[in-house]
Amino acid sequence: MNVKIQHYFDLITVLTQKEIKVRYKSSIFGYLWSIGHPLAFAFVFFIAFKVVMKIQMEDYALFLIAGLFPWQWFVNSVNASPMIFLGNASIIKKVNFPRNIVPFTTVLQDMIHFILSIPVIVLFMFIYHKSLSLSWFYGIPLLLGIQFFMTYGISLIVSSINLFFRDIERLTAIFITLLFYFTPVIYPETMIPEKYKPLIDLNPLASLMISWRNLFLTGQLEPTSLMVSLAYSTFAFILGYLVYRKLSWKFAEVL
Amino acid sequence: MREPVIIFDNVSKSYPLYHHITVGIKNFLLHLPKAVSQIKNSSFEALKDISFEIYKSETLGIIGKNGVGKSTMLGLIAGVLKPSEGKVLVKGRTSPLLELGAGFHPELTGRENIMLNGVLMGLTRAEVLKKMDEIIKFSELGDFIGQPVRVFSSGMLARLGFSVVAHLDPEILLIDEILAVGDMHFQKKCLDKMMGFKKKGVTMVFVSHSMEDVERICDRVMWVEDHSIKMIGEPETVVSNYSKLYL
Repeated sequence: MNVKIQHYFDLITVLTQKEIKVRYKSSIFGYLWSIGHPLAFAFVFFIAFKVVMKIQMEDYALFLIAGLFPWQWFVNSVNASPMIFLGNASIIKKVNFPRNIVPFTTVLQDMIHFILSIPVIVLFMFIYHKSLSLSWFYGIPLLLGIQFFMTYGISLIVSSINLFFRDIERLTAIFITLLFYFTPVIYPETMIPEKYKPLIDLNPLASLMISWRNLFLTGQLEPTSLMVSLAYSTFAFILGYLVYRKLSWKFAEVL
Repeated sequence: MREPVIIFDNVSKSYPLYHHITVGIKNFLLHLPKAVSQIKNSSFEALKDISFEIYKSETLGIIGKNGVGKSTMLGLIAGVLKPSEGKVLVKGRTSPLLELGAGFHPELTGRENIMLNGVLMGLTRAEVLKKMDEIIKFSELGDFIGQPVRVFSSGMLARLGFSVVAHLDPEILLIDEILAVGDMHFQKKCLDKMMGFKKKGVTMVFVSHSMEDVERICDRVMWVEDHSIKMIGEPETVVSNYSKLYL
């Protein structure tokens, strides 16, 4: 039994190392790319909403960055998901290894990049003369866990179903874009008109993204948002695992 | 009494023909009832009611035309496919010899790919590290081992792949028409290694179109025709019957 757990652990380590190595091989700027993307987005939204449309908010740049970085982790993992099993067809057809490890490492790898980008948020906090909070020490691991299992669950669903319906790939891309504008990342949830506010909890990502931003900016974790995102995370994980378990033995047939 | 390690008990395997993959989700939803019945009814039978046993330390050759179900058998043994009917029983760890470059990542070096492949095949990191030097030596890739495998020739990829599997301490080795690549020197080395496995008592299932190799290596040969077993027995008898039909 011990050997089996050791093997699982090694699989995850080696596959994650592989993903990270592959990502940075033959790229000059390496790590900078993973922060460059959300920073570029932050810049665009800053120009559009602060400079042009003059949104009434203080420290809008910091506000954007605190929300866009965790969002980027989610998007990267989910957008990569349709190709996760499809891209590993040759091994899946021949070798009997636990396939759910592959989406697991994809999400883990994106999580590591997100963690590595937290110093950039800290840097912006210094620029805006904000102080860091001790609550980060338990808040960040807590939210990391919640987002990890939510993303992993969704990734399992998308990657498994995409083997049977290849257009899931395109649907995912469209859906993610819609979800972005329905999630309070570039605007605060307080600006949502009163009559639409109850709808916000229908969005699985909303509470989580609000929690991240509040944790970074004010050091506070609101229990209700935390519970809502925890519930969504658990649900996504369980559903993802069930879908995967139902479909995984057919993977070698359809590939 | 010889101990069977692989048992096929009245095994049938049919694949649904996944039409909906080609027509996409829109057509699938528009013609839902029809599409569902299509999935249920239209299927392709790759193996029909097959029963056989492979004994410990035995080398079984599988011959037959393309598309008669040989690779499906290997898939069932490896545990990546489930039989539609009947039972497949496998005792021991199976190591499939992958087709050219499968399981390798082109951007990683030979060394990194050895680790990747070894771990995917069920070894722990420590075990792979222990065997790393031996694998590299056997592959005779020399300084290339530090290069990304995308610069490897197909022969070199085959060497790397075989070298990894050869050092996995396989219990059951699955080989799917793969030794055709690589130069003569390396092919001979592979055959020698396989003979070594035989001596050590490794069970092998060997799918090949090279009658010469089959006759040389195998203890028994199975001839698959029309998705079922046409003949199983002594290599000389089966191969000569098979050759008579097709040559």
